[in-house]
Formats: sequence, structure tokens, C-alpha cells
Amino acid sequence: MLAVDDLHCERDERVLFSGLSFEVKSGSLLQVQGANGSGKTTLLRILAGLNQDFTGNLHWQGRPRASVLTEFQQSLFYLGHAPSVNRTLTPLQNLRWFCALQGYADDEAIVAALTAQGLAGYAGIPCCQLSAGQQRRVSLARLELTAAALWILDEPFTALDRLAVAALEGRIGRHAEAGGAVVLTTHHALKTPWPLSILDLDALRPEAL
Amino acid sequence: MMQWLYKLGSPRHFYEMTTGFLPWLAGATFLLLGIGLVWGLGFAPPDYQMGDNFRIIYIHVPTATGAIWIYAMMAAMAAMHLVWNLKVADMVAKSCGIVGTSFCAIALFTGAFWGKPTWGTYWIWDAKLTSFLILLFVYIGVMALRSAFDSETSASKAASVLTLVGVVNLPIIYYAAVWWNTLHQGPSVLGDRDASANPPEIWIPAFFSGFGLIGLLFLIVILHTRNEILYRERRAQWVQELLTREPIHA
Amino acid sequence: MTRQALGLLACLRATLLRELQIAVSSPGKVVNPLMFFVIASALFPLSGRLDLAVLGSIAPGILWVTALLAVMLSMEGLFRSDFDDGTLEQLLLSPQPLYFHLLVKVLGHWLVTGLPLVVIAPLLGLLLNLPAAGYQPLILGLLLGTPTLSLVAAIGTALTVGLARSGLLLAVLILPLSIPVLVFGAGVVDTALNGLPVAGLFSLLGALLLLAASLAPLAIAASLRISVQ
Repeated sequence: MLAVDDLHCERDERVLFSGLSFEVKSGSLLQVQGANGSGKTTLLRILAGLNQDFTGNLHWQGRPRASVLTEFQQSLFYLGHAPSVNRTLTPLQNLRWFCALQGYADDEAIVAALTAQGLAGYAGIPCCQLSAGQQRRVSLARLELTAAALWILDEPFTALDRLAVAALEGRIGRHAEAGGAVVLTTHHALKTPWPLSILDLDALRPEAL
Repeated sequence: MMQWLYKLGSPRHFYEMTTGFLPWLAGATFLLLGIGLVWGLGFAPPDYQMGDNFRIIYIHVPTATGAIWIYAMMAAMAAMHLVWNLKVADMVAKSCGIVGTSFCAIALFTGAFWGKPTWGTYWIWDAKLTSFLILLFVYIGVMALRSAFDSETSASKAASVLTLVGVVNLPIIYYAAVWWNTLHQGPSVLGDRDASANPPEIWIPAFFSGFGLIGLLFLIVILHTRNEILYRERRAQWVQELLTREPIHA
Repeated sequence: MTRQALGLLACLRATLLRELQIAVSSPGKVVNPLMFFVIASALFPLSGRLDLAVLGSIAPGILWVTALLAVMLSMEGLFRSDFDDGTLEQLLLSPQPLYFHLLVKVLGHWLVTGLPLVVIAPLLGLLLNLPAAGYQPLILGLLLGTPTLSLVAAIGTALTVGLARSGLLLAVLILPLSIPVLVFGAGVVDTALNGLPVAGLFSLLGALLLLAASLAPLAIAASLRISVQ
């Protein structure tokens, strides 16, 4: 799906990675590992297209990403550190806008997604009255509302309780099983029956070679 | 053309290319400036209306003209930086910002000190003066934005965008100032005197000092850009070699 | 109701609706610029012993300068919460045309911050002894001019949203660029007070609005991409 070729990125005088090449294939789970500050988030933001400050080539379905940007964005789901949930709006209002950005409206699906996250009955309550974990779940409810094939998840397990962690692990596995692809970072030991590949940025660091 | 741009866009190439060229530019600049200023300030005859006050135009007119054109250059560099991601273009734009701000400020101050004895006031809200004041504000805005970012790349790109927004806006600002001035038509103090009325002893030194200041402008921009190149590329091997080959005398 | 595909207009309406919903749920964002406008205008008569005729003659300038400042201060919040909570990243990554969404976002923000200024301006005109001939050009001028100010200020907001304290920097960037709108806006009222025709000036304000609406979203989009980097 997404092929990365000879990626080089430096920040604040420091080379984060250089000559990095890999491919995110359909049906694969890729975990990006590394110590704090090793560039995990930067790499994910480069893959998602938020960070333009790099050299190297990115291909989406065999074509340069810049030439198929809209198609790429239609197939991308990105979850960053921040929950992408406006605190003054309700979960329903937040998710309606998310769906509109995907080009559709479907209140039933939104309510079903919230229920699946254990937030039944919270659809109309402003998000600032929800706990951090609940806000995180509102954010994760978007996984049920997107048709994207490529998921890029930066620390998706933050602030989740044990049950929610297990549910999310299952969901990630099912997405890969269905032919999707997931790139994620986490400090949590991922338990999934689906084969997991690891990209260790610390091992790739130039001075480590 | 692209090949040439690409070559010029490489910081190392820019540095090496300007090394040989600098002494000539510096020599020509100081020669022209020297002739223009010594002649203009020392020997040109006093103006029949303004006496010796007029001599400030040998600085004022070139800096004012330079302040406008250097913004255009800065905008061209900003566009090149955004479109082709040329790092040298941004470094030149940064240098242009510094020189342009100084030129604009010098033009305003010399204008004010010329205005006091000539018009009886340091400042009038005339269209030209007003637009120069705003041009100075725009220059300051670009420099302030650049210095507000921690990351060099974000600073460069943000400053480039603002520079381009400014270039769209500046003609409108000038037009607005002209219109506003006609609305508040005061006594016209800016007498449009025919330039040909001036004897050659006055305008020939102006020619020298004008080209001298243009040379100075390019000299400062190139010198500053070279410093910027050395700073930003300080970890590159060619800079390291250069620095060990030519020890810097503090 | 099941899944329903939305056209571009419906998607844009969702962005507009979201902007309005946020304003409704945090009314301070609407009220504060308005209060600033009222209080700042009221400072001028208190700052010196102006006779009423002089006050009336500088009223257009006072109202336009304070409206400009109010718009600018209100714009600081345009992308702030979206930047902090990550929504901005979602907008930038969505397959939607960013240009139109940004235009609509600024429109939504103007509806809740700029439009109230236009509505209350005549009241402040009374306070500042604005002559009767000045009200119509004041309102129409603000109606055409404040959206332009919002669009220009949005560029500055987009450039500075990634910086921690951006209020004063925003002013340094934006105020010089807002001067044409100020000149023509206050000029319209001034011209009308002098009994001269103002149609040409309204066209100029309209032209500035069209220019800003067509170019500003491009600059805003470029600036946001730099800021989320």
C-alpha cells in the first residue's frame, strides 16, 4: 500500500533517521518502536502527510503520493496524541463533523459506534464533562466510522482501561485480517494473534550502526 | 534554467561562487560610494532653494528606492523557497529582510531630517511617507514572525508566506494612501520640481552614490547570506574543511 | 436514517454548523469582542475634552479602528482550540477541499464575531455623536469591510497558532496589512459626511473583500500546514 523509500529526516540538528525504506503491505501490522525522542511521532506524521520536512520518496499504491493525494487521504485514518474532540461539543456533534469530512451523514452508525465504546447515553453530553478516557473513546469511535484502509495510530492505548485496551487490540487485529494495514506506536506490549512486524528506530540510528 | 537555478540553490555552490566575486563587488561599491558621497557632500554646489540641506538626498533617494526593490527581491526569493524548496533563496530572503528594514528606516529618518528645514516639519501624512512607514511595519512583521519560531524550517516557510501576502497587499496600501491623501488634501508641500532643472554637478554625484548604495545593498545581502550558509551548514563536511583551512581571526 | 452521501455543499454546511455550535456553547467568544468594541470606543470621549462636533468628525475613525482591533482579538481563537485538540490535523488530512472549508470556517467565525459588531456599531455612533448622514455608510462599510479583516487576520492566526503566546505578534503582523480596509472603510463615512458620492468606495471595499476571499484561503491553508508541522 504505502512504500517508503530512502527517508531522511533531521530535527534540531539531529538526524532522526536516514536511508529508511520499508513497505506497509495490505494485511500487515507495523509497530514503530524507539526510545522517547527517537522520532516515532515524527515518522508517523510524515507517513500521514502532516510533516513535510523530510527528503525521500513515498508511494501510495505504486504511485507518488503527491500525485494521488486525495485518494491517499480517502484511505487514511490518523489518530494523533490529541483526541481530535472539541471539548465544548457533544460526542454526537463531534462525530457528525468527522463523518461529514468523510463525505457522509449517518447518525445511527455514530450512536452504534459510541455504544460499542461503552458510551451509550453519552451522545448528547458535552465532551468537557467526560473523563479523559471517555474522550479518548469518543475519538476511537471514529475507527468504526471510517472506511480507510490505512490506519496510523500514535499511542492509541493512552488513558484506556484494561477492557478497552483488549477491545482495541481486537479491533486492530480484525482490521489487518480484513486486508487493512495498521502502523502504530505504543509503549504497551501489544497482544494480538495477528503477526506483528516491528520497526525499531533505535536500532536504525546511524550512530548505532 | 532549472539546472542553473538548482546549482545556485545549493548553499555550497552559492558560497563558492560568491567568494571570487565579492572583492570586486566590494571594491566597486566603495569606489562608487566614495566618489558619490565625497563629491555630493563636499563639492556639489548648494541647491538654489534648499541650500545644503538637499545633500541628504544622496542617501535618502537611493535607500528609499532600494527599500522598495529589495522587498520585491525578498518576495521573489520567498516564492522560490516555497515552490522549489530552495534553501539559499530563503537565506537570501532573510538577508533582504534585514537590509530592507534598515534601508527603509534610513530613508524615513533622512526624509524626516530633510523635511524639518525644508517643509518646517519632520513628518507629514503624505501618501509617499505613509506608505513607506507601512512598508517598514510590514518588514518588521516579517522579521518578528521569523524570530518567533524555534524551528528554522517553520520560520522560513512562515516568513515566506507572510512576505508573499505582503507583496499582494503593498500596492493596495500604496493606492489607499494616495486616495486617503487626496481626501485630506492639505497644502501641497511636495513641489514636483523638474529634475532636468538640476545642474549636472548635482545629479552626477547622485548617480554615483545611487549605484554605490545598490552595490552596498547587494554586498550586505551576499555577506549575510554567506554567514547564514556557514551557520546553517556548519555540520556539513565542506564547511568543516573550509573552517580548518582558513582559521577565523577573532 | 441510514448512511447518506453528502455533496460538497452539505459537507461545508457541517463545518459552518460546527463553528456556530462551538460559539453557542461558549458564548464568551461572541460577547467579549463585542464588549471590547463598546468599551474601547467609549474610552475616546473620556480621554480628552473634545467638543461634540470634533467628536462626531473623528467618530468614523474611532469606530473603524476599534472594530479592527476587536476583529483581530477575536480571531486569535479561530484555530486555537482546533490546534490544541488535534481537530486541525483531521481537517488537513481529510479528502475534502481545504480551500472551501477554510473559507466557510472564517465565514462562520465572522457571523458570530464580526456581524455583531456591525449590528451594534450604530449604537456606538450615537455615543460618539456621529452625524445622521454617517450611519448608513458606517453599517454598509462595516458589512463589507469586517469580513475582509477577518480573512486577513485569519492568515496571521494560521501563521501564529503553533506559537505559545501569539497575541501581540498577531497584531504586529496583521495591523499593517489591514490598513487599506481601514482607510476605505473610515473614508466611506467621512466622504458621506462631506456630502460626496460614496458608490465608488463601496465598490472598492467590495473588491477588497472579493480579493481577500479568493486569495486568503490559499495563504491560510499554506500557513496551517506550516503550523501543524
